[in-house]
Amino acid sequence: MLKIAVIGGRDTVMGFKALGLDTFPASDSAEAGKILRRLTRESEEEYAIIYLEETFAAQIQGEIERFKDSPSPAIILIPGREGSTGMGRQALRAAVERAVGTNILGD
Amino acid sequence: MAGTTIIPTRMVLNQLKGRLRTARRGHKLLKDKRDELMRQFMDVVRRNKVLRERVEDGLTEAFASLQVASSIMSPEMLEQALLYPRQSVELGMKFKNIMSVNVPVYSFTTKNNDPTEIYPYGFAQTSGELDDALENMAKVFEDMLELAEVEKTMQLLAEEIEKTRRRVNALEYVMIPDLESNIKYITMKLEENENATKVRLLKVKEMVLQQAHNYK
Repeated sequence: MLKIAVIGGRDTVMGFKALGLDTFPASDSAEAGKILRRLTRESEEEYAIIYLEETFAAQIQGEIERFKDSPSPAIILIPGREGSTGMGRQALRAAVERAVGTNILGD
Repeated sequence: MAGTTIIPTRMVLNQLKGRLRTARRGHKLLKDKRDELMRQFMDVVRRNKVLRERVEDGLTEAFASLQVASSIMSPEMLEQALLYPRQSVELGMKFKNIMSVNVPVYSFTTKNNDPTEIYPYGFAQTSGELDDALENMAKVFEDMLELAEVEKTMQLLAEEIEKTRRRVNALEYVMIPDLESNIKYITMKLEENENATKVRLLKVKEMVLQQAHNYK
């Protein structure tokens, strides 16, 4: 059976743990990147969805990009404790720009 | 076309005409595919936008209530309360085919179906705020799951659209004009040859007549 992982700061991750998701607390982006690599490699698609805290995503963009075109796993950015940084919306804009060639959402 | 040598014969001409027909048909089909993909994509984008806003708002709220809970309870207590989840989530994944793009569809089952069973602790030592926080969390999680599905679909569709668009453009601006200009070249060359033959025959006829009747 497939599982869902949450990577983020200790405080962010705590709440998800109670929901029964697998949580992986990280203290900085380097650690988050390491965890992400481990989850996507060793587990062999055991994790179908990986939620990643936005604040860590900026520095490990390359890691995330690798899975953009493969059907699994889905790496989804979620806002952290400090609120949304707009990176999640950025992903939406990037996808639109890629498909249409220009940003037609107007934001 | 420059760069490639084409032999101006009828056989090559027929071949090129066949290829042009195929290219035109392919172009039309791919264009239809692109348009349909685009339509689907815009739907997905719109849904994604709504969901993302909902998830971000929901999470902010959930984190805020968790913050309140953690300020009331000691961090050790909080950690202890959440350490052993009673609930566990199992994820099922199927694939749906949208215009030959395989996109994931998630379904999840929780081990405990009772929604009141999300609290992995006894109520005696924890504050009510923690209950609220977890309830908020559980609510937003359903949206998060849908967001994952929609966002992945969006990314996969974007990739497919990009590929299809390139193909359509390659056919429209490179393949088809190339073939057309080659066909034109061959037709002109053949006409030229035909004219040359005709002129030569006329000339020969003239010469033969002259020899036979000694016309001056």
